Amino acid sequence: MAHSAINVFFSGNNFSRILQGLWTSVWIAGVSLVIGLVLGTFLGVLRTLPNKIIRFILRLYLEFFRIVPTIVLLFLFYYILPRSFHINWPASWMAVLAFALWVAAEFSDIVRGAIESVPIAQKESGLALGLSKVQLFRYVLLPQAVQLELPATINLATRVIKTTSLLMMISIMDVIAIGQQIIEANNQKYPTAVFWIYGLIFFLYFIIDYPLSVWSKRLAARQDR
Amino acid sequence: MSWQIINQSLPIFAKAFQLTIWLSAVGIILSIVVGIFCSLIQYFKVPILSQLITAYVELARNTPLLIQLFFLYYAFPVIGLKMSAQTCGIIGLVFLGGAYMAEGFTGGFAGVSSTQIDDGKALGMNNLQLARYVVFPQGFALSMPALTANIIFLIKETSIFSVIAIPELTNTALDLIGMYYRTNEYLLILVIAYAIILIPIILLLTYLERKVRYGTFGD
Repeated sequence: MAHSAINVFFSGNNFSRILQGLWTSVWIAGVSLVIGLVLGTFLGVLRTLPNKIIRFILRLYLEFFRIVPTIVLLFLFYYILPRSFHINWPASWMAVLAFALWVAAEFSDIVRGAIESVPIAQKESGLALGLSKVQLFRYVLLPQAVQLELPATINLATRVIKTTSLLMMISIMDVIAIGQQIIEANNQKYPTAVFWIYGLIFFLYFIIDYPLSVWSKRLAARQDR
Repeated sequence: MSWQIINQSLPIFAKAFQLTIWLSAVGIILSIVVGIFCSLIQYFKVPILSQLITAYVELARNTPLLIQLFFLYYAFPVIGLKMSAQTCGIIGLVFLGGAYMAEGFTGGFAGVSSTQIDDGKALGMNNLQLARYVVFPQGFALSMPALTANIIFLIKETSIFSVIAIPELTNTALDLIGMYYRTNEYLLILVIAYAIILIPIILLLTYLERKVRYGTFGD
């Protein structure tokens, strides 16, 4: 029984379709991360500046993304942007936008924390050498902050990858949506296909995220020493 | 934006609101219980069990809740284990939450100073007493920040229950949107509903975090 159902992977082009779906999830996660990290670094630096109004606005921005569940965020972008702002992008770019702004919010807090925990002597030495504000960030604070924030950043990446499982909710053909199609198409021939397909997808997510979380833990442990 | 639409849907949202709170509360309490149990086993390095728990924690933390729920709800009936959507939801949330809580508590327990443990042993305490009187009270205070983050995370994760048709807040909003196409109104109520649940909890937990930070010794 069970060993015959595993054939569902190899019948037709099922396996390559699943990998294709996985690619959709991976590129959306990747592009959102790149955009989000760049924007987040910028916002994080702004949050260390003394201007109270900018800090307050950016804090509100962060808290909004912290309070709204990501699935709701996706729906907000998916439904409201086309209707109220006449932005008609494909669903996958809506997802990239939603994820990137979410990543930027979370990452701005990581960057702020890291910059603030660079020893004050470093900042003062930089200023004593006559570095300008921009030079101080470029050559002293940011390079050290990057080291400090790396474990949290990798963690954020694993969260973004896990969150791509929600993409099917806004009708993107991600790995889970394709899995569902395969299950429905093979229900007659392989009644246990659902077990194998979801099992495979579970495993695929695990083999992407697990190495990243091990890496992040190692880096964090090294910093503690 | 129409106030009439908002008014009409409020009773439906009130019901969903209660369900979200109820599922979150049950899920969080059970997750804490599972988390404490797992982290104490790991702390005292109980053979076999602690390896099994490490495997469980890694599996649960590195896979999305959505696929965990799909597995419970759609794949388990195939092997003869059929559960209601809400049962699946709670089990899924506790499977995920227990692992996050275990990780948080393990971090907290690791922060308990080793002289405290040695002192306890010198007083003739056994492992159970050490856990009850030394490790747990001090480690718990140290795990407060992780606990706070996890509680907020788990409440937000209940939104994913909508994929197995549990009529909580997100599912209710999506249902109403599907029926009446009033996206702006329903999404506004949805966001406000989560804010009403989460803002007081965030404030309360941050306050508690500051309070319990004093409860550590031996540094």
